[in-house]
Amino acid sequence: MKIVILGAGQVGASVAESLVSEQNDITVVDIDPARLRALQDRLDLRTVTGSASHPSVLAAAGIDDADLLIAVTQQDETNLVACKIASLLFNVPRRIARVRATDYLSDEKVLGPDGFEVDLMICPEQVLTDYIVKLVEFPEALQVLDFADGKVSLVAVRAYQGGPLVGHPIRELRSHIPNIDARIVAIFRKDTAVVPDGDTVIEAGDEVFCLASAQNIRRVMIELRRMDNPVKRVMIAGGGNIGQRLSQALAADYSVRVIEHNKRRCELLAATLEGVLVLNGDATDEELLEEENVAEMDLFVAVTNDDENNIMSSLLAKRMGARRVVSLINRKSYVDLVQGAQLDVAISPAQATIGRLLAHVRRGDVVAVHSLRRGAAEALEAIVHGDRESCRVTGRRIEEIDLPPGARIGAIVRGDEVLMAHHDTQILAEDHVIVFVTDKKTLPKVERLFQVGARFL
Amino acid sequence: MHALVVLRILGLVVMLFACCMLLPLGLSMALGDAALSAHARSVLITLVAGAALWGLTRRAAGELQIRDGFLLVALVWTTLPAFATLPLLLYMPGLSFTNAYFEAVSGLTASGGTVLSGLDQLPPSINLWRGFMIWLGGMGVIVLAVAILPLLGVGGSQIFKAETPGPMKDTKLTPRIAETAKGLWLVYFALTGLCLLAYRWAGMSWLDAQMHAFTTMGLGGFSTHDASFAYWNSPKVEAVAITFMMIAAVNFATHFLAWRRLSLAPYRRDPEAGVYALVLVGSVCGIALYLYLTGVYSDPWSALRFAAFNVVSVATTTGYANADYNAWPIFAPLWMLFLCSFVSCSGSTGSGMKMIRAQILCKQIFRELLRIIHPRLQRPVKLSGMVIENRIVLAVLAYVFVYVSCIVFCTLLLAATGLDLLTAFSAAVASINNTGPGLGQVGPLSTYAVLSDVQIWVCSFLMLLGRLELMTLLVVMTPAFWRK
Repeated sequence: MKIVILGAGQVGASVAESLVSEQNDITVVDIDPARLRALQDRLDLRTVTGSASHPSVLAAAGIDDADLLIAVTQQDETNLVACKIASLLFNVPRRIARVRATDYLSDEKVLGPDGFEVDLMICPEQVLTDYIVKLVEFPEALQVLDFADGKVSLVAVRAYQGGPLVGHPIRELRSHIPNIDARIVAIFRKDTAVVPDGDTVIEAGDEVFCLASAQNIRRVMIELRRMDNPVKRVMIAGGGNIGQRLSQALAADYSVRVIEHNKRRCELLAATLEGVLVLNGDATDEELLEEENVAEMDLFVAVTNDDENNIMSSLLAKRMGARRVVSLINRKSYVDLVQGAQLDVAISPAQATIGRLLAHVRRGDVVAVHSLRRGAAEALEAIVHGDRESCRVTGRRIEEIDLPPGARIGAIVRGDEVLMAHHDTQILAEDHVIVFVTDKKTLPKVERLFQVGARFL
Repeated sequence: MHALVVLRILGLVVMLFACCMLLPLGLSMALGDAALSAHARSVLITLVAGAALWGLTRRAAGELQIRDGFLLVALVWTTLPAFATLPLLLYMPGLSFTNAYFEAVSGLTASGGTVLSGLDQLPPSINLWRGFMIWLGGMGVIVLAVAILPLLGVGGSQIFKAETPGPMKDTKLTPRIAETAKGLWLVYFALTGLCLLAYRWAGMSWLDAQMHAFTTMGLGGFSTHDASFAYWNSPKVEAVAITFMMIAAVNFATHFLAWRRLSLAPYRRDPEAGVYALVLVGSVCGIALYLYLTGVYSDPWSALRFAAFNVVSVATTTGYANADYNAWPIFAPLWMLFLCSFVSCSGSTGSGMKMIRAQILCKQIFRELLRIIHPRLQRPVKLSGMVIENRIVLAVLAYVFVYVSCIVFCTLLLAATGLDLLTAFSAAVASINNTGPGLGQVGPLSTYAVLSDVQIWVCSFLMLLGRLELMTLLVVMTPAFWRK
């Protein structure tokens, strides 16, 4: 597939990185040649320097025969105009734009076919905010993902000594929680995937991925670890885009403090946020943390745009007694360095945010793709179409489906009903199937499975 | 400064005022009462004086500046009462100018404290003039507060002059002052008409209904009867009065918006209206309970009736009475006086330091307290989700300081000239808040006639000061104002 990506910032770069490995022809456009050079040195792609919304620049990027435009520059306006031009002048069939300002979403006409002609709108800040809000709601989880409009949740939990199921084989889960249908889809033990079956014994320290309907998550987590008290006090370091959205989302139900070092930004935050304490200062300032009683915080979230700052302030907060710290870390090497050891959760923004975007790029009718374990595994939600003849999934029992090794079907959502996958469950057309893939290389094969054959079309 | 241009405009205003005097003249002619010649001579004198002033200065030219605006406002509010005394002085030769001026100031500032007694025996046209002054004053005050003071940079409404978009951006109702004034007056007219009909329906005579509609909408409190509302002794009349007093103490800009959009949403978004209603209703209930428990009224119904009427009347700075609240346990009337200093909303015909300033003050206090706990806290003062600039918060603090200083200073002055503390204090508070009756010797059943000339002048000055939101008048008295 030929793809043009506008913007070589954090989002643009990580999108390019994920797509390059999936054998696409990628051209990246940015106004800053230095950024492009860095990208080109690393990845096999073409770059064009220039203003991303100018038709001549787009033409130079080969947008004429592009299949997909991904506009993810810093400016909403550039992205929107680029989408419009791509459709108007170059007939690009699919256009994705990053839109931050919620004002543009107030009326669907703005982005619709008579407006800027955006097929898919993404907002990484919002995705990250939702991610973190989930962690506030379920403080024991490492990650919580929703599928099928929130009917099914996938939760990652670290198993601890003392959880009733720890030290027991998975098959006992059923007898522990007889009325709840839950399924353990993957276990990571010392960074390697263990393919779970009924006899696999869960050990302390395992990262367990478990599918259950949304209201049962908490019950399932209790099996794996002792539960903490619910979160009441949250401290957020960094009042940027994410910090602001996060405090807005949490303000109603939690006591929230935001630390921001920029005075002007502080004033703006204080003016727009209701019921949030906005503090002017440095999040790595021990005195400030002391003053604001960081030891009493149930959750400390570092979301500045500086990795080192996030790590340092989180470490500091943890040492000073914050119960749980979550830190946003862009650099992959840093993530592996600190997660688990000192920080409770490290979130890689790139991995967390591009799932929806990637889903749009995939073949088959894939609704969502989520990166798990910071890209080591993926969970994907696909809609099944066609019939027994045209599709290799439809109408078959799960055991009949030729899944590549490491891929498992975890759950099926049929209408409003959530079915946990068993070997004899039959898949029907229009089912949402949630597939868990531990080996990323097999992903294209999984996607092809869900494609409807030529005869059907 | 263009003093001559200011005087020319003043001349025009005085001539306009002479035209206003035609109303009582007309009534006097129609009824053939004893004040006919007094009214006729007043109109003539006022008209001639205005014309002379205008004639002498009509060649003056120049753009009005902000300083001229202050001067004009101050001159208008001090000169018009002087002309307004004419019908009273000419009809009652025994009345001193001091007392007549007090009465006129009390009328035009919509206060309602009086030096006259035997009101029932006055010719209807004189009483109508007293009421009409209050109504005119109310009209002036609305435009002053909503349109002119913001232009000069003082007053409650100025708080929303900030160009921030938000719920209050439509406070500037129309782009031009003249249009805004017209819109507000229309609402004022319409409400007065409604009030008149409601009073008539409740059982007043047409004349009384007209006079009281004037004083109710202006939140003035003059009555045609010495006994004030006790004369009718009718819960129906009192209910009408309570309703319209409460309406008149809400920002007229909000009424205007609600009327034009035919929706109640503007009241919800008005930062003052909610708190105003809450404080008022809460106080009525509290005082009623207090009066019942202390045994002033033995049945809860009359406790509620008298509490509701008198609390609303004093709190909205009207000054009617249907009971001698002077005789209530001291907490109740003091609480009522306390209320009158801040309950009225900005842009209403009420006075005092206005609800909006009280809200800002409270939020500022709360902010300072929080700052002690969180030294690095960043927290603006917000009203209805809108940030109030620090400059304005400081202005409000200064205003409140001046306000309290004026009360303290004038209380001392009144006490020094021989009044007892309760009378001195309540007279100062009731005057600066344009409420009218105070406590002690100037209580609801007595008049200000007991005060000496000096004390009367102090009270007149306080009424003007309060009506013009302190700063407008005080700035004219600073040397810097007169420096070239």
